[in-house]
Amino acid sequence: MGTRAEEEEEEAGGSLEEKIEISPLHVRKRSMLSQILAGILVNSVYEMRNYPIVLVNTVLSPLSFLLLITFVSRGALLGEAVEGGLIMSMFSAGMSLQADLSHLKNDFKLQDMVVSSPTPWFSYVTGIAVSEIVYSLPALVVLGILAAYFVHTTEFGVVELLLVLFLMFLTSIALGYTFATLSSDIVQSFAFSRLLSTLFSTIPPVYYPITYIPLPFRYLAYLSPTTYAAELAQNATGYLSLQRFMILFDWVVLIGVTAVLLGIATKKARWREA
Amino acid sequence: MVAEQTSNDQTISCVELTKIYSGKRESKALDSVSFSIPSNGIFVLIGRNGSGKTTLVRILSTELEPTSGEVFINGIDVKNESDKLRERIAIVPQEARAIPWMTPAQTVLSYLLWRGFSYGEAKRRALETLGKLGLGRHANSLNRTLSGGNKRKVLVATVLASEAEIIFLDEPTTGLDPISRREFWSLLKEIGQRRFTFLTTHYLEEAEELGDRIGVLDRGRLVGLGTLDELRQRVNYNYSMKLSRGVPLPHVTRGEVVEGRDGTRVLTTEEEAFAISRELSRGGYKFTINPISLDDIFFYLANRGADQVGN
Repeated sequence: MGTRAEEEEEEAGGSLEEKIEISPLHVRKRSMLSQILAGILVNSVYEMRNYPIVLVNTVLSPLSFLLLITFVSRGALLGEAVEGGLIMSMFSAGMSLQADLSHLKNDFKLQDMVVSSPTPWFSYVTGIAVSEIVYSLPALVVLGILAAYFVHTTEFGVVELLLVLFLMFLTSIALGYTFATLSSDIVQSFAFSRLLSTLFSTIPPVYYPITYIPLPFRYLAYLSPTTYAAELAQNATGYLSLQRFMILFDWVVLIGVTAVLLGIATKKARWREA
Repeated sequence: MVAEQTSNDQTISCVELTKIYSGKRESKALDSVSFSIPSNGIFVLIGRNGSGKTTLVRILSTELEPTSGEVFINGIDVKNESDKLRERIAIVPQEARAIPWMTPAQTVLSYLLWRGFSYGEAKRRALETLGKLGLGRHANSLNRTLSGGNKRKVLVATVLASEAEIIFLDEPTTGLDPISRREFWSLLKEIGQRRFTFLTTHYLEEAEELGDRIGVLDRGRLVGLGTLDELRQRVNYNYSMKLSRGVPLPHVTRGEVVEGRDGTRVLTTEEEAFAISRELSRGGYKFTINPISLDDIFFYLANRGADQVGN
């Protein structure tokens, strides 16, 4: 333990008298994994570690709809609701990405600091995107346990479900990143985030089968990629029986939408302002 | 004018650098700025709000593309070799804030990870830097609990802990109280001894205290550049008199009169300054008389619409 005098000197910045150079400057091989890890730490791990209350929120958010649907259907739609919770968690990741990128850029100028460093845009965005999954982990673990108990399917069905969830994640981060480049402040960003969440994960039949929606409105639901994801997930786990043509069509739409959105996001990536 | 640069050049050179922001109302933030300065010590860019300081820093630090013109830093073309340059630079932007839910150690560590350091090396450098800046005891406190001065120090620590040779600090002391600002100056002086520091400020005393070289930017044009002595020589007068509002303007035979919101400033020779002061003293008027300062030089160059440097 240092003496009071040493502490005072440190507080007053007395050690500045010494050489401030930290270590010899040298060029090293830079690690992309470190760059991705930085995004994960800043945007999820540190926040969860320093403010544990956010953990409660991340669990409750997808569970709230699940409980509502389960109670209203008297338990009949529990399996669909669990799958819906998983899809919504993956989709919410992209919506959060949009708000978080905008928040870090506009309120803390973090992106400006990172742009003027050896970090490529891909590492930065990937790190923040993965951090959204880490942030959703508490909810995903709870939903995963519920799925293991209440959703019965084959091994192929599990693989199919995981693939759907992964595509949903890619779709949402592409959408989130594109909108993040459009928003210039946090209020605008949260407005986009809420709008997209409502349009793509609340209105479409994510928590229940599409057959519950009356016909004219059903066509509107097909405007959302989450509808195709839910159909495929429900088909993979036996809650919905789709014709082979419809399964193929749903996969084509889901993969196509994901590819197009990723293409737009890559093209719109504005790492340096014009 | 075509700039020829080699990798051995240790200069920052701008040639006819122009930035026009397009939009509903087009605005020219930089207007054919040309200069060349050695990339060592501390360069301070001063100017009023909206004079183009931040735009210039953002272009130099590869955040913003210029509309036209050329920029080279140590022989690296900022426009076309931005990835190469980014290996060597670091910036603390204007209005940057330490993220409140993180600690200083986490803030510095994560920035170093973004620069590609391994976790172990990043952690070691982060703690070492925070210790050297007197933040060792606060390393694991949340940023939101730190004082304003320490929050700024955390941001400076991020770039200082890096391997960057060139550091850009955009108005790093804005909003700090006078004592914290002076403490901060010691830190900046130390940094400037080892790495080239490009600093912007609107505090003229800060430029006077820190700048090995000073640039004066006014409405997107560089109207002054050089050491403090060189800038003093451009004014041709060695005394500055400040007259409060309502004080009748004396007859000035050799000098420059600058009208401001807070009164009148007369830049003049020693002989004339004492003649005027005798006249004002006889009338019982209040005034101050001082050797010319950067403050006066800035007013002189900015209000006179001085010819742009480098053209």
